[in-house]
Amino acid sequence: MRTVFEKDKMNALADNLAAMDTVKGRSLWTDARKRYAANRAAMVSTYVLLAVVLFSIFGGYFAQFSNEEIDWAILGSVPEKGQPSIASGHYFGADELGRDLYARVIQGSQVSLMVGFIGAFVAVSFGTIYGAVSGYIGGRVDSVMMRLVDILNAIPFFFVLILLLVVFGRNILMIFIGVGLVSWLGIARVVRGQTLSLKNKEFIEAARATGVPTFTIIWRHIIPNLMGVVIVYGSLLVPDMILAESVISFLGLGVQEPQTSWGVLISEGTGTMQYGTIWQIGFPLFFFTTVLFCFFYIGDGLRDALDPKDR
Amino acid sequence: MSATILQVRDLSVTFDVSPRGAMPWTKPLKLKAVDKVSFNLNKGETLGIVGESGCGKSTLARAVIRMLPASGGSVTWMGQPIFDLSQRNMTALRRDVQMIFQDPLASLDPRMTIGQIVAEPLLTHMPKMSRSERDAEVRAVLDRVGILPSMINRYPHEFSGGQCQRIGIARALITKPDLIVCDEPVSALDVSIQAQVINLLMELQSEIGLSLIFIAHDLSVVKHISDRVMVLYLGNMVELAESKSLYSNAKHPYTKALIASVPVPDPTFAKPEIDALLAGDLPSPINPPSGCVFRTRCSKATELCAREKPVAQSIGSDHSVACHHIED
Ligand code: SF4
Repeated sequence: MRTVFEKDKMNALADNLAAMDTVKGRSLWTDARKRYAANRAAMVSTYVLLAVVLFSIFGGYFAQFSNEEIDWAILGSVPEKGQPSIASGHYFGADELGRDLYARVIQGSQVSLMVGFIGAFVAVSFGTIYGAVSGYIGGRVDSVMMRLVDILNAIPFFFVLILLLVVFGRNILMIFIGVGLVSWLGIARVVRGQTLSLKNKEFIEAARATGVPTFTIIWRHIIPNLMGVVIVYGSLLVPDMILAESVISFLGLGVQEPQTSWGVLISEGTGTMQYGTIWQIGFPLFFFTTVLFCFFYIGDGLRDALDPKDR
Repeated sequence: MSATILQVRDLSVTFDVSPRGAMPWTKPLKLKAVDKVSFNLNKGETLGIVGESGCGKSTLARAVIRMLPASGGSVTWMGQPIFDLSQRNMTALRRDVQMIFQDPLASLDPRMTIGQIVAEPLLTHMPKMSRSERDAEVRAVLDRVGILPSMINRYPHEFSGGQCQRIGIARALITKPDLIVCDEPVSALDVSIQAQVINLLMELQSEIGLSLIFIAHDLSVVKHISDRVMVLYLGNMVELAESKSLYSNAKHPYTKALIASVPVPDPTFAKPEIDALLAGDLPSPINPPSGCVFRTRCSKATELCAREKPVAQSIGSDHSVACHHIED
């Protein structure tokens, strides 16, 4: 009886093995994702950030006013009538000109997040390619490319940015260019360092030995292996970008009215704080700090998840 | 044996080393990693290259396939002098000359599946091949080296060292090369796995007529697989002979010392002899001894050895030795 049972089992097992199709592998990404998912702070931050992003995209549909419309009914008595309330339609209250703060915060969030994400993305992409090429090719090319980075690094960034904005006028594109001009330098350096150690690995030599062309090696082998560092760096660059934009806006050189950003809103809010319109600084500041905190926790989580020591 | 496919003549490799505290304008020191080595390789033959670590054997092998720039000499592959080839023709040649590495895991890209890794040479040399054809080839070659083709989507870190080395061999085999350079392919593996990998290489060799250059730091590994063995010391060839005659009839004092140092089952046996034969450390290749490079450690060294560098002389068929005092 028992032997029959076992025989059946063996046959089933054999069938299973024969039918077994390609086994799916456990990539390093899968492992990293698991580690990340286990990090409570990082996961909460991810969801909160997601909520803010969704809010900035879809929140506008619930607004009762546009971001430039002036509510004449409350103009002049904003501290009394402009308080946040559901009834009046000013969910976040109104600013000192009687404009709806809800609409303005959403619009400001869009600008700030966009500056953060797009700026960081462009800086990271460019910096990664630049650093990888410089490090992999090495020699004289490397020296020239890295000296250029040194030179750009030596230029006082804010000074140049302010100059650009004064000369070419205030617009978002100028801010992108100005911030983007310097923010790739750090990542280029980090990536170059990593590339130098990667390029002596045997799998790179193996690729060279089979005749894979240089740029294909950089693209196929170097850059994917740098992704860990790049992602962590990128996630920390986003808040940097948001901060930089806010500082510029706070100085009054940022985006132009009626457009806003978190920096502009906070700057306006501080100006009117003494009149008792505390909500005017409270709401932008809340979004601003929440998002920054989220990014720092996410960056931390990513670093733990992608830690090269665990490879 | 059949035709010679590879001819190496007086191959030298020098590296520039900056001395400590160097200024940009100080002349770099020259490190002679390989010094005028010559050999031939026939089709289907295995040449073992043996020497202590740091003797230049990996450098030699890499210079032969132009992975490192040589500073002198010539290498002829199937009648073509390869140092004169354009970048493009060199790439084409890489299809016929493959390499396997010392650290099996490190030689596989951790971000790629083994299917992608093994397919890479095909992708490089036959970009027009269809995906399904490529897939079939990858599966076939994996099967041949003893890896289940269903594992094609797994990642290198999911395999053991021996399996990784098999995958490395599969990658080298997939373009159907004529020569595989094996850079200490088994020294990072367990002894039992070493034998498996070596047997696999020997089987493949007899099946498809591969030539191998097989580098190792001890003679016992090389003995099994090689037809001929070259012994290197400090970048110089000291002895080159058929495998059998090298073991039974070694002439160079260094080779004798190496043979004596191969572990024997009885540890009390032969041990004192090694110490007598191989006293001292490897001298620095930046500042090698005058005359015979081995003289600082050689028990037979004489004044002649310090004065003149011994040239390789042929003694009998396929056996050459570089030593002034062969007869004693
Ligand atoms: S040449 Fe002299 S020093 Fe060199 S190995 Fe022969 S005997 Fe020894």
